[in-house]
Amino acid sequence: MTTATAQEVTYLEAISQALDEEMARDERVFLLGEDIGPYGGAFRITEGFQKKYGEWRVLDTPLSESGFVGAAIGAAMMGMRPVVEMQFADFISCAFDQITEVAAKNHYRWGAAVPMVIRAPFGGGVHGGPFHSECPEGWFFHSPGLKIVAPSTPYDAKGLLKAAIRDPNPVIYFEHKFLYRRVKAVLPQEDFIVPIGKAEVKRTGDDITVVTYGATVHLALEAAELLAKEGIDLEIVDLRTLIPLDKDTIFASVRKTSKAIMLHEDNKTGGIGAEIAALLAEECFDCLDGPILRIAAPDTPVPFSTPLEEYFLPKVGDIVAAARKLAAY
Amino acid sequence: MDLAVVAKEIKKDDLLQMYYYLRLTRTLEERITALYRQGRIMGGVYTSHGMEAIAVGYASALERDDIIAPYHRDMGAFLIRGITPGEVIAQYLGKRTGPTRGKDGNVHIGDLKRGVIGFVSHLADNLPVATGAALAFKMRGESRVVITNTGDGGTSRGDFHEALNFASVRKLPVVFFCNNNQYAYSTPLHLQMAIRDVVERAKAYAMPGEIVDGNDVAEVYLAAKRAIQRARSGEGPTFIEAKTMRMHGHSEHDSAKYVPRELLEEWKKKDPIMKAEQMLNQLGYGDEATLKEIEERVKKEVEAGVEFAEQSPLPEGREVLDGVFATEDEVQP
Repeated sequence: MTTATAQEVTYLEAISQALDEEMARDERVFLLGEDIGPYGGAFRITEGFQKKYGEWRVLDTPLSESGFVGAAIGAAMMGMRPVVEMQFADFISCAFDQITEVAAKNHYRWGAAVPMVIRAPFGGGVHGGPFHSECPEGWFFHSPGLKIVAPSTPYDAKGLLKAAIRDPNPVIYFEHKFLYRRVKAVLPQEDFIVPIGKAEVKRTGDDITVVTYGATVHLALEAAELLAKEGIDLEIVDLRTLIPLDKDTIFASVRKTSKAIMLHEDNKTGGIGAEIAALLAEECFDCLDGPILRIAAPDTPVPFSTPLEEYFLPKVGDIVAAARKLAAY
Repeated sequence: MDLAVVAKEIKKDDLLQMYYYLRLTRTLEERITALYRQGRIMGGVYTSHGMEAIAVGYASALERDDIIAPYHRDMGAFLIRGITPGEVIAQYLGKRTGPTRGKDGNVHIGDLKRGVIGFVSHLADNLPVATGAALAFKMRGESRVVITNTGDGGTSRGDFHEALNFASVRKLPVVFFCNNNQYAYSTPLHLQMAIRDVVERAKAYAMPGEIVDGNDVAEVYLAAKRAIQRARSGEGPTFIEAKTMRMHGHSEHDSAKYVPRELLEEWKKKDPIMKAEQMLNQLGYGDEATLKEIEERVKKEVEAGVEFAEQSPLPEGREVLDGVFATEDEVQP
């Protein structure tokens, strides 16, 4: 059905392609953020964009996250399709109020659609320390009115960003920095989207379901290969969209395997895994053969020094250990 | 305001129209306060009593396609944009016919079809939003402008400064009003800021600023006209500090005992409606009979609004679940 390009693209290039293609497709789409113009952004995702699309559609802003997220909201309400770049997801805290109080509530309160995307480069494993490694998705997971996506592959990165730009709601797009140049894929040449709200079973298996998203999807896949040798067959559900959550896919998988592990890089307490565990307890209690386990970062800020960060981040070994424990039930 | 300037710059009909909106604002808000005192309105009641000339002045200076991002003491601006007294009262009563269908209360009114960006309680939040609307107009080469307003307290927030800075850097077609009514809830101006005039804040953003008598509707209107003209011609934003006095409490539950009585007595003599009447009399635009007729007209309109709101249905409880997300057909073209 689709013809493939000869060349593999990275996760980062997939994001760049999605932006480029959406800007070419729809002149209402424009980008704003810090250092995205001549400099091309901190991660060079918009390199060359300003030359192609001009100063206004690739708009360098003052260091002013609340100000430019607010501006994106205003422009979106006037019929534009802004895509905000947070230089690092960590800085989204400066714009928290605009996102949760204005963008998230406008349509509910008075019917004004706010079609905008906030790209948020998140996650650790890049020696970024407490202010360049955070996973802030949990803050927004609890704010009705926002959609949240977090792709794990170049295909999903491109398809979800296009879907986010075409969505009539505010979408926070969490792109994992660790994956930028580490995962590659050959993508279809034709236009495609990955629909928001659909999880994907990344690996089918009979014994234990691992529910995850973002960079930890790859950890789970690695662990699954090791565990297969022991006869433990993992099924891996990549959420891809955090809000609205694809409960059907999660429940169907757990009803099949009867065991579930929640895996994420965000802190454990109040994380997305906690919510899904609660949903499983409510909806799938009868089919569970063991406790619902969580593998997540400890409840600390993201540390800088290598041994500290290695300890902090979920590891393949954590998944293997949790799976063995559950397999015994 | 110099009467000769008013006579030259503002048409008689426009002035009479502004007077009508001043009276409509006052009568409507007094009626809402009465409903509150009778226990028929739940929640807060925020009025523009004694400050009506600011919203009436700036909103009268706009064209139909322009946009406002008002704050909670801008009732006159809602009315001028076409929000009816009945809708306002329905909103206060939590009725389905209010602009938010009961989802939000009091003056949290928004309707893009009538060019009104909805107010959020977090003061100054709508200033960056207003700059974004102005950015869209500038990017598309439209000649529309945005007027936004906040109080003296709101100018202490970061969003105020982020908005003024961005608007000035990009010369966006937006006018920033500040209703300086001396108090932010109970906090007097000298504990809010170390400067004497709010307008000084504009200097840091290389933005032209001016102070107007916020109780003089003609002065507010003409200042807004100049700023709108500047914005429309691509010269960028303007800051206007409208000096006034909050004559009631922050909300109607607040007796405002912290405000010195002498201050209120002094400002009572500068009431914006009284001032407008004097001006109309002196210009020969409005004899007693004309003004009386307007007064009777607004009373009828407000009573019809009360009737409309009271007869309107409340939302069903389950409607709480509606509208969290938008559909594509709701996006502004």
